Amino acid sequence: MSGFFSLKAWHQVWTYRETFELGLLNTVETALVGVLLSLVLGIFFGLMATSGKKWLKCIARIYVEVIQNTPVLLQICFLYYSLAFSGHSMGIIATGMISLGIYTGAYMAEVFRAGIEAIPGGQFEAAHAQGFGYVGMMYHIILPQSIKIILPPAVNQVVNLIKNTSCLYIIGGADLISQTYNFVTGATTGGAYAPAYLVCGVLFFIICFPLSKMASAWEMNLKKRDQKMAVSVKSRKIVMAETGERKKVAV
Amino acid sequence: MIKLENIDKYFGNHHVLKNVNLEVKEGEKLVIIGPSGSGKSTTVRCMNFLEEPTSGHVYINGQELTAKNKTKLVRDTTSMVFQQFNLYPHMTVLKNLTLAPMKLHHKTKKEAENLAYHYLKVVGLEDKAHVYPTTLSGGQQQRIAIARALCAQTRIILFDEPTSALDPETIQEVLDVMIRLAKENITMVVVTHEMGFARQVADRIVFMADGQIIEEGTPDCFFENPRNERVKQFLGKIIR
Repeated sequence: MSGFFSLKAWHQVWTYRETFELGLLNTVETALVGVLLSLVLGIFFGLMATSGKKWLKCIARIYVEVIQNTPVLLQICFLYYSLAFSGHSMGIIATGMISLGIYTGAYMAEVFRAGIEAIPGGQFEAAHAQGFGYVGMMYHIILPQSIKIILPPAVNQVVNLIKNTSCLYIIGGADLISQTYNFVTGATTGGAYAPAYLVCGVLFFIICFPLSKMASAWEMNLKKRDQKMAVSVKSRKIVMAETGERKKVAV
Repeated sequence: MIKLENIDKYFGNHHVLKNVNLEVKEGEKLVIIGPSGSGKSTTVRCMNFLEEPTSGHVYINGQELTAKNKTKLVRDTTSMVFQQFNLYPHMTVLKNLTLAPMKLHHKTKKEAENLAYHYLKVVGLEDKAHVYPTTLSGGQQQRIAIARALCAQTRIILFDEPTSALDPETIQEVLDVMIRLAKENITMVVVTHEMGFARQVADRIVFMADGQIIEEGTPDCFFENPRNERVKQFLGKIIR
């Protein structure tokens, strides 16, 4: 009963649909908290990386490099098993939220760093010259400008985080992938491989595709707006040049 | 008002300012000129600690400027107008003008907006309050930047080559605003290449070369009888 077209297999998936619902719920829940944590870490370490203070930069660099250059599976196992075997286990879902939040946070930090570094130095100088302190400068002047640069890649990181919930399988998670795997290999439920993975894939796609689309639409929109701005400045210059010529003619 | 005492500044190994001593009096219009790379901009940027001197002291109103008190002291005493305007592109002109008064100088929105409209009128751009800076010409942007500096109502305004990034046809509109400003009792320190402007408004001209002040004097003295060979050379090249 493993074929794509085996009605029985599809029926099997439908009968146990709650398994998938639960997996989806766990994945979304883990992802939501993970995203929040990653944003907090991303802003925090992103600001540290752009602070200009050597030791703060150094700390941010270490965090980013260590997390980006070790497998997320290792980080999940480390957090889960090291705590579990010292008797402080915090549960699979919480482990997932924290480890994925920390993992994605390292990428978010880089996204924020790049977004802040893209703002011309003159903006920082103008803020300093007006007497803004660091927080006021970031809040009123720098971050509002960075946000449009930050958003598209940040959304991509969110998509990655959602997909990475599948790594929780290694600690016996209850996320969508783990649920699907348990379902197809289960003694009583097993066998419906093709439909089960298809359903699982469709569910992931339904969540992630709109997000990716949103990110790219955002990016296109901003590019268009910048172009429009450039065009309006240009056309104004042309008008000025033309009126200038007319004046000359009149003279 | 502003006093630079034995200022040395290095960028890496590059010795940009060499023992600069300079005093600017209350209400004085001081113009700093000199060839590019002579340290004029760095000098004026030391006055509000956009560059911290490697050694030496900066005093504003008798109080020494330090890394610790700079935010507060600079906020209360000086404003700056930049070569590249550095208006905030994500805000309308009005918001550019009201941001610091509201967030830093504890003005209400109404007070800040009245102030903004007043100074927009001074620079002749009251009809541009609700547009974004990037839609304006360079000259207009710089006039807005001057209005923004005025909105802080500080006694000192520093100008760092305010017309160097402008199209030739818009330079004069900015200079006109500055000339009008010079009639007020504001202390102005202006780094510029506009000799006509320097001659017209300066109380005193300082000439810098290679990180040192090599001549200073009244405009008449400076332009008619420069003592230093280097100044003569410079003026010979610029004024034809």
